[in-house]
Amino acid sequence: MVSTSVVPVLITTFLASAVEAIEMVTIVVGVGATRGWRSTIIGTLSGFGVLAVVIAVLGVALQRIPIGPLRLVVGALLLVFGLQWYRKGITRVAARGFAGIGGQDPEEAEVWKGEGMDWTAWFLAFKGVVLEGLEVAFIVVAFGAGANQMGAAIVGGVGAVVIVGGIGLSLHQTVRRIPRSFLQLIVGTLLTTFGTFWSLEGLGVDWPGSDLAIVGLLVVYALSAAGYISLERNRIGGLKAAA
Amino acid sequence: MTLERLGSWITAPFRFLYHFIVGDDWTVAAVVLVTLIVIGFLNSNHIVSWWLMPLVAILMTGLSLRRHAVR
Repeated sequence: MVSTSVVPVLITTFLASAVEAIEMVTIVVGVGATRGWRSTIIGTLSGFGVLAVVIAVLGVALQRIPIGPLRLVVGALLLVFGLQWYRKGITRVAARGFAGIGGQDPEEAEVWKGEGMDWTAWFLAFKGVVLEGLEVAFIVVAFGAGANQMGAAIVGGVGAVVIVGGIGLSLHQTVRRIPRSFLQLIVGTLLTTFGTFWSLEGLGVDWPGSDLAIVGLLVVYALSAAGYISLERNRIGGLKAAA
Repeated sequence: MTLERLGSWITAPFRFLYHFIVGDDWTVAAVVLVTLIVIGFLNSNHIVSWWLMPLVAILMTGLSLRRHAVR
């Protein structure tokens, strides 16, 4: 079976998962700090339980499909999804540069003084982990299946959540300063690159230079992102000057 | 529970998936799909077509950026 090497799979799934983990950790730490940790941690663990089931079921199902059609479908999905992040990354980096997400703790989080389970904290943590984590699960499963490297994809995804989670718990404010927009642009570029490569491979297209074409695509997409960022900055500068 | 609410619950996962994968600009997904069909056709006729998708992806990103700037 054709497989992509481990390193690009690890890097892409790690970075993509880190982008979502930053938001996930910000929500969990915000809820835990204001409403108490017990219910927040139970909500977080429940969320991870749901995600583990999603990854296991989808991962096993996708590994039974032949690699050709799988790459066409997975590649097309990654390309469409990647182009979304690519455009958002360009817009955000042009507007905010390397700034972190900043923001405030969830509005719903009020100080909890009751006894027993705080279901608001549980639900906020659960919802934060599941909603942000579904994107991680999608990328890990799709990327792992497309590259035929499910193990490496899971290691990359879980590694990012553990590292960002560790930073979030020990250095609460540091997580907010990680340049999420720039990470999103890098991941958008990587997903667009692999999505382009795999979807066309799934159609039976021969890429010039075989796997080396991935590097070429990466350079082309990175250069066009740099060009679009420059154009967006000029447009924003023009709007500010006119105001 | 009303039928309307039940329908909303049933369609919620599909709405989530659509919003999650396609996002706020469906034209990009539509053009990517059409391009894949065109490339499949060209490839089956032994016409070199690998260059088409990167070109379309870059052009559609530019158009999508422009559309969002106008909004």
